[in-house]
Amino acid sequence: MEPQEADKNPVVQRLRAWDGQAVSEVIEFRGETTVVIPREHLQRAAGYLATEPFLYFAFLSDITTVDKFPLEPRFEVNYHLLSIARSDRLRLKVRLAGNDPVLPSVTSVWPTANWHERENYDLFGIRFEGHPDLKRILMPDDWEGHPLRKDYPTEGPR
Amino acid sequence: MTTTIETPTGVAQTMVLNMGPQHPSTHGVLRVILELNGEIVVKAEPVIGYLHTGIEKSCEAKTYSQVITLTDRIDYLAPLSNNLGYCLAVEKLLGIEVPKRAQYTRVLLTELTRIASHLVWLGTHAIDLGAMSVFLYTFREREGIMKIFEYVSGQRMMTSYFRIGGLALEPPPGFLDKVRQVMDALPGHVDEYEDLLTNNRIWLGRTQGVGIISADDAIAMGCSGPMLRGSGVAYDVRKAFPYSSYEDFNFDVQTQTAGDCFARYQVRVAEIRESIKIVRQAMERVAKADGPIRTEAPGIIPPSREEMKTSIEGLIYHFKIYTEGFAPPPGEVYQVIESPRGELGFFVASDGSAKPYRVKVRAPSFVNLQSLPRLAVGRLIADVVACIGTTDIVLGEVDR
Repeated sequence: MEPQEADKNPVVQRLRAWDGQAVSEVIEFRGETTVVIPREHLQRAAGYLATEPFLYFAFLSDITTVDKFPLEPRFEVNYHLLSIARSDRLRLKVRLAGNDPVLPSVTSVWPTANWHERENYDLFGIRFEGHPDLKRILMPDDWEGHPLRKDYPTEGPR
Repeated sequence: MTTTIETPTGVAQTMVLNMGPQHPSTHGVLRVILELNGEIVVKAEPVIGYLHTGIEKSCEAKTYSQVITLTDRIDYLAPLSNNLGYCLAVEKLLGIEVPKRAQYTRVLLTELTRIASHLVWLGTHAIDLGAMSVFLYTFREREGIMKIFEYVSGQRMMTSYFRIGGLALEPPPGFLDKVRQVMDALPGHVDEYEDLLTNNRIWLGRTQGVGIISADDAIAMGCSGPMLRGSGVAYDVRKAFPYSSYEDFNFDVQTQTAGDCFARYQVRVAEIRESIKIVRQAMERVAKADGPIRTEAPGIIPPSREEMKTSIEGLIYHFKIYTEGFAPPPGEVYQVIESPRGELGFFVASDGSAKPYRVKVRAPSFVNLQSLPRLAVGRLIADVVACIGTTDIVLGEVDR
């Protein structure tokens, strides 16, 4: 889809009308809409998307990171939202620099984010500020490194 | 770790009890740290990761087709659901459509998977709560379904039968007859399980009013599948976002409003009956449909055996697909299906090379397990067993 068509998406229009600064880019691919959000707007945008009656993205399906190493900004954190009431999905994407992988926690908006954020911390080393109990979840507590980072080898010594 | 608490009979010390990772009712290697006041749970903390095998990391080192064998091993009670989720994600990334006959066969087999998974759940859950005989019956019926999988794919569990673009093999002759035999017998068997359990006073005592989660809490905690529908939310991916031609099938989304262990039991038993309905419709559709079992996309989907043997292009494509793989366009997709445990999502990111840049599995058990403390706190230790049971976790999927 062309960028102009992506802007016709009512969810994107609402977001832009709510705060033009909160949407830095809109990507359409294979019928999925991705809204790129600057880090400082994430928590406000999350609260807006989850509670605004027209949007009602009350269900957070997943949080996952892509490591673009050695490119910068290195990390892309994806939030997969679902509106059960409207049968709609949306992906929020936040780009983070490799030397500063810090995000505000969205556990206050979606309590389910707790374990997702712990997983992203464990496997990618993304730190979530305001998380109630940020610690490793899949790897042992004394593990060194973050296994899903691209500079962490699949096999052999690290 | 113990704390001092006020109780009606005075000040008491709590006790910390470690349940698992070796415990028969934790269905694998789940560890729950329980803080107890006598027999009452004050705090419960699930500790996971004992079965972490780095599947997502391994995916990045394999070609798109090779990843399918890994997906079998994520949720080992529903391998075909995982195959389907992953294949659909890659097909979405490639932008290819699968022939109708393959789609209907996929529906048929994933619904059989759902039945088999729910049967394992019912048997093991009953055994957790002390009803031994149900376990023996459900595993007898599950065996019939396992034999169908073996007949179709050559494997009972790790089938890898769904491939990108369609199916691995033509279903063998007599396949539908075997399915029909199992489906004809199954409704009567489900009645038998219900005779043993549904009105059983002990069963009701152990499950009714135990482990309640409200609809709002279930959504906030990201619960899906029977966990969510047991709390009265009629969300089913097969209805809300139909995939693989589910829109062609008539079935109802089963819900209960109580949100307790008994409601989740009722939802799952009702889902077995719904799945039988879907399998019957799928059998008719598969019998009527003709056409290929794989889509045609030269260079991406392997050519038929005959074409590979007789044409030079077929031979080259065959060689290139199995040595180098194929390269989808750069992009990211998130494909969700309704696995027996709920919303199973595959996030696949491509950088334009022959290996996936990132594969993330949104495992429903992982998310559902997060609500265990909400279900268990304030209940007895014995109820924790019922709560873990009706959460229906598969640790292979939780830890990946």
